[in-house]
Amino acid sequence: MAVIPVSRKPLTFAERTYIPQILGGLRITFARMIKPAETMEYPEQRPEIPKNYRGVPTLVKDPNGREKCVSCQLCEFVCPPKAIRITPGEIAPDSPTAHVEKAPQAFDIDMLRCIYCGLCQEVCPEEAIFLQNQYSMTGLTRAEMVNHKDRLYELGGTLPDQHHKWDKKKAAEEHGSAAH
Amino acid sequence: MIAPPKPELVTVNIDGREIAVPKGTNVIEAARLVGVDVPHYCYHPKLTVVGNCRMCLIEMGMPAVDPATKTPIIDPATGKQKINWIPRPQIGCGTNASPGLHIRTTSPLVKDCREGVMEFLLINHPLDCPICDQAGECKLQEQATGYGRGYSRFVEQKNVKPKRTLLGPRVMLDDERCVLCSRCIRFSKEIAHDDVLGFIDRGSHSTLTCYPGKKLENNYSLNTVDICPVGALTSTDFRFKMRVWFLKQTNSIDAESSVGANTVVWSREGAIYRITPRRNDDVNDTWMADTGRVLYKQVRADNRLAAVKVGGNDSGLDIAVNTAAELFKAGGVVVVGSGRSSVEEQFLTKKLAAALKASTHLVSRVGEGDKLLVSADRNPNVRGALVTGLIAALPAAGDVAAPSASAIRIGGLAALAADIDSGKVKTVVSIGEDLAEAGLTAAQLAKVAIVYLGTHANATSAAARVVFPTLTIFEKSGTFVNQQFRIQKFLKAVPGPTGLPDDLVVLAKLASAAGSSVPSEINALWKLIAAEIPALGTMTFANLPETGLLLDATPWSGLPFVEGETLHYKPAKAAQLVVGS
Repeated sequence: MAVIPVSRKPLTFAERTYIPQILGGLRITFARMIKPAETMEYPEQRPEIPKNYRGVPTLVKDPNGREKCVSCQLCEFVCPPKAIRITPGEIAPDSPTAHVEKAPQAFDIDMLRCIYCGLCQEVCPEEAIFLQNQYSMTGLTRAEMVNHKDRLYELGGTLPDQHHKWDKKKAAEEHGSAAH
Repeated sequence: MIAPPKPELVTVNIDGREIAVPKGTNVIEAARLVGVDVPHYCYHPKLTVVGNCRMCLIEMGMPAVDPATKTPIIDPATGKQKINWIPRPQIGCGTNASPGLHIRTTSPLVKDCREGVMEFLLINHPLDCPICDQAGECKLQEQATGYGRGYSRFVEQKNVKPKRTLLGPRVMLDDERCVLCSRCIRFSKEIAHDDVLGFIDRGSHSTLTCYPGKKLENNYSLNTVDICPVGALTSTDFRFKMRVWFLKQTNSIDAESSVGANTVVWSREGAIYRITPRRNDDVNDTWMADTGRVLYKQVRADNRLAAVKVGGNDSGLDIAVNTAAELFKAGGVVVVGSGRSSVEEQFLTKKLAAALKASTHLVSRVGEGDKLLVSADRNPNVRGALVTGLIAALPAAGDVAAPSASAIRIGGLAALAADIDSGKVKTVVSIGEDLAEAGLTAAQLAKVAIVYLGTHANATSAAARVVFPTLTIFEKSGTFVNQQFRIQKFLKAVPGPTGLPDDLVVLAKLASAAGSSVPSEINALWKLIAAEIPALGTMTFANLPETGLLLDATPWSGLPFVEGETLHYKPAKAAQLVVGS
């Protein structure tokens, strides 16, 4: 290949003194000092999480404190990395929610496996599992990284229920029984 | 062999396809033969037809003939005989094949009918599929996918019915889910001959219930759960345990008696959750006894043997085999085989006994047959011991004078007991049989060295010099020969306890310690079995059909088998019913 020699443009006098460039740099530095900060002091300060953020999957209770999960195991079935493991169980007949019949005995989500895809939330027929705004999961052992049922409810808290499906069912049951 | 009478065939036309079916076949079965699915709830191939669910509505027509001259009327448009279609739909289950019958299952009218029936069935159906055990194998779910409307037009309040009624110790009823198909009622009446179920009240208040003072507690009650097309009847044992779509199905055989009912074992990740019957029209139709469904609980029993033991201490397999070999060298060995071992194990047991020149015994288990699917012989594979040549005559029945209906008399070791007392026997090799249970006293057990192969701890394993833990029927593959001399295959459903070798490996190692080299892998072993046993000459383990293979029983036709009549089995001579007398 042919070599084309290119001559460098000679520097002007101002450029040879470096002063305009240094002043230009200092201008940016001082301007930044008086502007509001763009970083934050993590972890003391935390960013605001968008509404549709997919964080750590959690279990939620309805406003009456009833655990919404009925252990249908659809999330366990749909979970691509097989992070969810449920042991189904029966609700005691003397419980106020005995008409729901079924609730999980154990509900484990292995956060080392979870890929935060949100399919569990999408598939849940009872609106019991939600990926909420918790994004930081740490632990020193593998066992610590498995969220058990208690921890899942602690993370999930209570969500407003639009449907009150089981309350309506109980009301219908009482109404129907009264008719007989 | 007498050929079965040829059924009279009639040609019917289903959705434009002609097929010849035996006369009297109903439209659902005929359509199944051409691969057309006619949805249904109340119809069951082994029960009477009642036609009360109306889901199988079809359009039918007959070739037109002139009423006066009886000559076919030809349609000028097609040049073929005209079909007179009945303007109203008919039920498929109650319509039998007759010559020239024409059926439409895909017409707009049929689709409308199915959608209408589905809408009515779903009006009062509680939408509790997430908690319903039937979800995943529910006919209502399946048909709702095909013919459901997806939303409900019903704005009134749904019916309220009892949700948790115990019909019997093993069956729970949810009346809201019931579609009133009456399959369970017909099963109880026609198959179990225990007429305890019926409907009360009218219209949408109709409710399934037991007759006053009665319970659904016969030994076949769980079949009603199997045939329930929806989640109304559920098993108290399987209720809320696991969703069916997680479960792996493995074909197996019910080992509780010599009927050999075909079963499916449902397991997930090495744990068995339930056992259900598998259809075999020559053995058990689609039924099985409740007692056979809980046999899987022995797999995780507390007293399961887990380690090879020599002299009561945990040991290794090779050390134990060497210890057994020492005992074999001393002579005076007797082998107690088992009617609960598979054909392959019995063959290896015979090889072991032949190498040791030992006499063989078999433990007999005789109970009361229920004339349905539990026979008097509670060993599943005594016929296998005869076929493999492990024994030449049937073992003597136990000597309990008056057995109660459920009691099983265990015996057949009287000759062995006498030999032990006279000091002729030095070592007893027991293949899975509890010798104490079979009638040997503690003193007799203490007098001999025992090599015990078994699944669970018992008096014999406690007294044994060498203990080899073995696998249950759910953890190994093999074959049983049932009372009809039908050889049937069962497959490994779950892995055995950690570290346990297959039973065939243990038996092959013992046989080779006794000086007889045999393969321990089942397919290789079957080559040897086929070569040595004429009755099994044409067989391999792999090509054994799922419904079993009937063997020629003539060499053993004179033996006094203990079984009475059961479903699809008649004993050769009625006089042989009297046993142990």
